[in-house]
Amino acid sequence: MKVPVRITVNGRRFEHEVEPRLLLAHYIRDLGGLTGTKVGCDTSQCGSCTVLIDGVSAKSCTTLAVQADGANVTTIEGLADGDALHPLQESFWDRHGLQCGFCTPGMILAAYELLRTNASPSDAEIRHGLEGNLCRCTGYQNIVRAVRDAAAQMAAADQ
Amino acid sequence: MSSRIFGSRIRRREDPRLITGSAVYTGDIELPGMVHAAMLRCGHAHARITRIATEQAEAAPGVVAVYTGVDTDGVLQPMPCAWLLPDAELKIAPYPCIAKDVVRYTGDVVAVVVAESAHEAYDALDLIEVDYEPLPAVIDPEEAARAGAPELHAKDINGDDISGNQAFHWTVAGGGDVELAFAEAEADGVVIKERILQQRLIPNAMETRGAVAQYNRATGELTLWNTTQNPHILRFLCSVVTGVPEDKLRVIAPEVGGGFGSKIAAYPADFVTVFCAMRLGRPVKWIESRSENYQATTHGRDHVQDVELAATKDGRITGLRCTVYAGMGAYLSTAAPGIPTILHGLMLSGCYTIPALKEDVYGVYTNGVPVEAYRGAGRPEATFILERLVDMLANRLGMDPADVRIKNFIPKFDDGHEVVTTLNYDSGDYPGALSKLLEHTGYRALRERQRAGPSNGKYMGLGLTSYVEICGLGPSQVAGAIGFQGGLWESAIVRFHPTGKVHVFIGASPHGQGEETTFAQIVASEIGVDVADVKIFHGDTDSTPMGWGTYGSRTTAVGGAALALAVRKIRDKAKVVAAHLLEASVEDMDYEDGKFFVKGSPDRAKTIQDVALMANVAWTLPEGVEAGLEATTFYDPPNFVFPYGAHLAVVEVDARTGHVELTGYTALDDCGPQINPTIVEGQVHGGVVQGVGQALWEGAAYDESGQLVTGSMLDYALPRADQLPDLDVISTVTPSPHHPLGVKGVGEAGTIASTAAVYNAVMDALRPLGVTRVDMPLTPERVWRAIQEAQGS
Ligand code: FES
Ligand code: FES
Repeated sequence: MKVPVRITVNGRRFEHEVEPRLLLAHYIRDLGGLTGTKVGCDTSQCGSCTVLIDGVSAKSCTTLAVQADGANVTTIEGLADGDALHPLQESFWDRHGLQCGFCTPGMILAAYELLRTNASPSDAEIRHGLEGNLCRCTGYQNIVRAVRDAAAQMAAADQ
Repeated sequence: MSSRIFGSRIRRREDPRLITGSAVYTGDIELPGMVHAAMLRCGHAHARITRIATEQAEAAPGVVAVYTGVDTDGVLQPMPCAWLLPDAELKIAPYPCIAKDVVRYTGDVVAVVVAESAHEAYDALDLIEVDYEPLPAVIDPEEAARAGAPELHAKDINGDDISGNQAFHWTVAGGGDVELAFAEAEADGVVIKERILQQRLIPNAMETRGAVAQYNRATGELTLWNTTQNPHILRFLCSVVTGVPEDKLRVIAPEVGGGFGSKIAAYPADFVTVFCAMRLGRPVKWIESRSENYQATTHGRDHVQDVELAATKDGRITGLRCTVYAGMGAYLSTAAPGIPTILHGLMLSGCYTIPALKEDVYGVYTNGVPVEAYRGAGRPEATFILERLVDMLANRLGMDPADVRIKNFIPKFDDGHEVVTTLNYDSGDYPGALSKLLEHTGYRALRERQRAGPSNGKYMGLGLTSYVEICGLGPSQVAGAIGFQGGLWESAIVRFHPTGKVHVFIGASPHGQGEETTFAQIVASEIGVDVADVKIFHGDTDSTPMGWGTYGSRTTAVGGAALALAVRKIRDKAKVVAAHLLEASVEDMDYEDGKFFVKGSPDRAKTIQDVALMANVAWTLPEGVEAGLEATTFYDPPNFVFPYGAHLAVVEVDARTGHVELTGYTALDDCGPQINPTIVEGQVHGGVVQGVGQALWEGAAYDESGQLVTGSMLDYALPRADQLPDLDVISTVTPSPHHPLGVKGVGEAGTIASTAAVYNAVMDALRPLGVTRVDMPLTPERVWRAIQEAQGS
């Protein structure tokens, strides 16, 4: 039994008939054809699959596609404004906040959420805010720096 | 662009695709007509298969085929072991791709389902009926070696008996009479004994493993996309197992999401995927789930060590004696036999002058997941032995741990030093590294602060590590002598296009370490082109020359050398062409920053771009000079390289809860000249945190029946951002005397040093409480129990 869902991903409207058990992560990857969203685990621990649903971050491996019916989803592919990278993307690049890059899409979107709720976090708050996202490569240090930098840049841009 | 690009902190060129989600990993590959495979893992640690029924699964929706060992038997050859350790009575047990009779660890494959979608393939796994007759299992390597333990294998691949689960027995001995050293120390010195459990670790690259196989029946050509650290080695092994000749086999490592050793080995599931693609004539994709990764992708460490140090009463080391039971898991993985032996035992002299040493290593089959290289691979296990024993010696003698190290260091050397294990270290200044670390961290002042005693029930501890590691693997002649079934050179092709843009084709296969950037920096600094004009190709066996893989901190050290030498060849040719164009003699030519000019008249010059154009159009070239501007180099290193350093961990242990907090960490590493210090620091950060993970949180746990208890990220504690302090990363620079760029490699340094540093720090904190040893990981529960026991007794 399939059910219809309409989900807007990065501004593009999709309509599909899906199995109710289909996870949003797989919907985005397999039906949306957007493979920037990664699946790193099957127990909702790693955060690689983090996306924004109506502007709020969520682990797309614990969200069913049907739950996102009618929603606006933003993935890593939709974060830049045309050719202009989002300040978080720039700062992850500047600060060497990634190595293999597998955790990076989820990490950047988790950081987006962090800065949405706390525009100028301390290092401890950044570390705390990212505890749900695992990275095996960087030891997190440059990720923390990247988020700190992005916060400063976004604050400056807002003035 | 000038030579200053060497050593500059430019941004990584890899990143734009990674931060925008446009990078293509194996799991992102879609091919027309592609079907999906799911492996049925047995789920038993040890059992006999009595029946398999696949009919129901075959009839399930979307299912294209189900295969078992009956289908693959004789078609897929057994999994090869590629490190044939000599003089070690090596017994390689048969390792079928799909188990037919007996399963020996929970991840053994017993069947594969291929279906139109991954969901349908996974659903159908549940419909395969397998009856098992459980057999007794054993996980602990020391137990497995005892008489009466359950035996995994009766015969090896040559039909010889395997007894006591022993895969090999390897020995290293060197220097003077070690028995005498210990007898003397017993009589008139000190002997320190310790039992160290180097627990089993799960590598946890964030990308799990996977494969996509596409077979063209008409041409007999196979393409295999795989999450591998070494595509060329995989091509070779795939050819051996599947029978597809090497010339018709293309292996592509697309974007690879971390490896840490776990993507070195060839795996049964890769070849089963190939088998399915060949049978069905359709592309087949298999992507491991995380739970499957825990059960099937290689683990690391797993040593039970009994170690002893002999020393004089004033703290001079006179001997080292070790016995190690190294768990190999159920089968010997691709490089497994070399890890706890060559890469471990030969490094047991560390930074110290040790007059006599001996180590016995027993490689033991157990019912665990096969064990392979894991970041550091053998060297963390060696460093830990020395660094723990040195600290214990200091405690016994009432000396500061720093002073015992200083007393025993090999003095500074810059062109070779042979240690007792016969390795010839290239260059190092171990006393210099430690003294800089002590000064930088204010170590003596920290000791003062510690003497003030605990505050609020929190005990401060300081832990040092001085380490040296062997990397840049390595001279191929040595590889042959130690049984490694391959070479260890690297190669690079550098090609200049008419416009002066450069393509580099390189055999090494980075997967997160940033060598697309550092390689481009090498080219730019060697020949003065803009770094943006250099494109690096790697990871595709059809377009790149042979390479032996990215592991053992060897890619920049060996691949980078091959590249630098290839560019130097181009420089030599370009000089000849430039001289011709300037009507000067070659002897009169000079080179600087991308310009070839006549000595003394810098205006009579041709740029490398001028030369590239003329060499490519070839309108006028000196006699005997071929058209084109391209060079190939094969670099076989004359020796290994030996990076080193000194780390300090500072912890606070809450005696009431057993909670350990890492409050500070300083890493001083010397990997020679740094091509891109930002990337070097990133490697150190990640490496240190992985080692901290082993000391404090990580460990694979099995229950009595051989089930993996830590079978998911819920149960296996990976380091998280909020558990770590900001790391202080500093360096010294000691070039390798035998390397064209002087560089040494840094990928594993952090991991090699940090486990021992953190462990030593916790033990240092616990000393006033009477605790002297706790098994890793040092979880609050274990630490708390140890405190209770020590206080109670
Ligand atoms: S894939 Fe790991 S949390 Fe979603
Ligand atoms: S960059 Fe590799 S897991 Fe984070």
